Amino acid sequence: MKFKSVLRVTSKLLIPVILLFALYVQFHGDFGPGGGFQAGVIFASAFILYALIFNIDTARKVVPAWVRRVGLASGLLLYSGVGVAGLLLGGNYLDYSVLADEPKIGQHLGITLIELGVGVTVASAMITIFYLFAGQSGQLEDR
Amino acid sequence: MTVTAFALVRLRNLFAVVMLSGIFSLLAAVLYVVLDAVDVAFTEAAVGAGIATVLMLGTLALTTSVVKEAPRKPIAPLLIVFLTGALLIFGTLDMPPYGDPIAPIHHHVAPRYIEKSGSEVGPPNIVTSVLASYRGYDTLGEVTVIFTAAVGVLILLGHGRGRRSRKKLRPVEKGARQ
Repeated sequence: MKFKSVLRVTSKLLIPVILLFALYVQFHGDFGPGGGFQAGVIFASAFILYALIFNIDTARKVVPAWVRRVGLASGLLLYSGVGVAGLLLGGNYLDYSVLADEPKIGQHLGITLIELGVGVTVASAMITIFYLFAGQSGQLEDR
Repeated sequence: MTVTAFALVRLRNLFAVVMLSGIFSLLAAVLYVVLDAVDVAFTEAAVGAGIATVLMLGTLALTTSVVKEAPRKPIAPLLIVFLTGALLIFGTLDMPPYGDPIAPIHHHVAPRYIEKSGSEVGPPNIVTSVLASYRGYDTLGEVTVIFTAAVGVLILLGHGRGRRSRKKLRPVEKGARQ
């Protein structure tokens, strides 16, 4: 797909919008539909589109393996870490009310953090799985 | 959706099957929107119609895209499928009709979530507060499942020896394939 200029230009225009929409879904999940899972998937789809248009090896340079693996683990660690932080501050595991002085602010902080963890893990997982699948053969780049 | 499902079963070209399953997911998402479950519809559209389709296409690129004909007509699996389907339909017979206000599901924890989540948790979207706060353990489990899936794929397909050795391996592999 190296020379399909229409695809290249449209995808270049689309990818920032997709990323922005993913961030919107991520942080607006408290107020509207959405949350970490959907945001992570949408975020990953931007990179998958990039990998489809500008072949997989370029995409690997954009998100190197260590970023994907660190993201994969750190999202889950962030989620469970919020739970442990609740424990240390004297609440139950995954009880966010103790994270701040006011229970509601604590809940909000906790939900934002764990949704972020969910989003990071889901996005890295999807990107990892797709890159590994696509990287197995050189066929995807000339379709 | 029924038409798509039957077409899915009958088709032999896997590329068309993947596309149809994407359409099936999209129709399911529409169904969820009709049922006012916007969050679920969102997930179904993003994961079922989007990512799953792309991953299946990636798998097709690795394998073949046409089903091999089965050597004989399978009777026993068909019977089992029909039996399971009949049992499932039998199980739904005594369920309360959709939207029934006295159904048990509306009287267990749902009223508390609807009445109290605003003051206990905060976010206006009750789905978010149920998923993230009341059902935090479940969501943690789901994230762990996704993490495990990605790690499993990494172990199976990622050569498992870190970046450096993979870079060394790749040119050799490419040469062997071409």
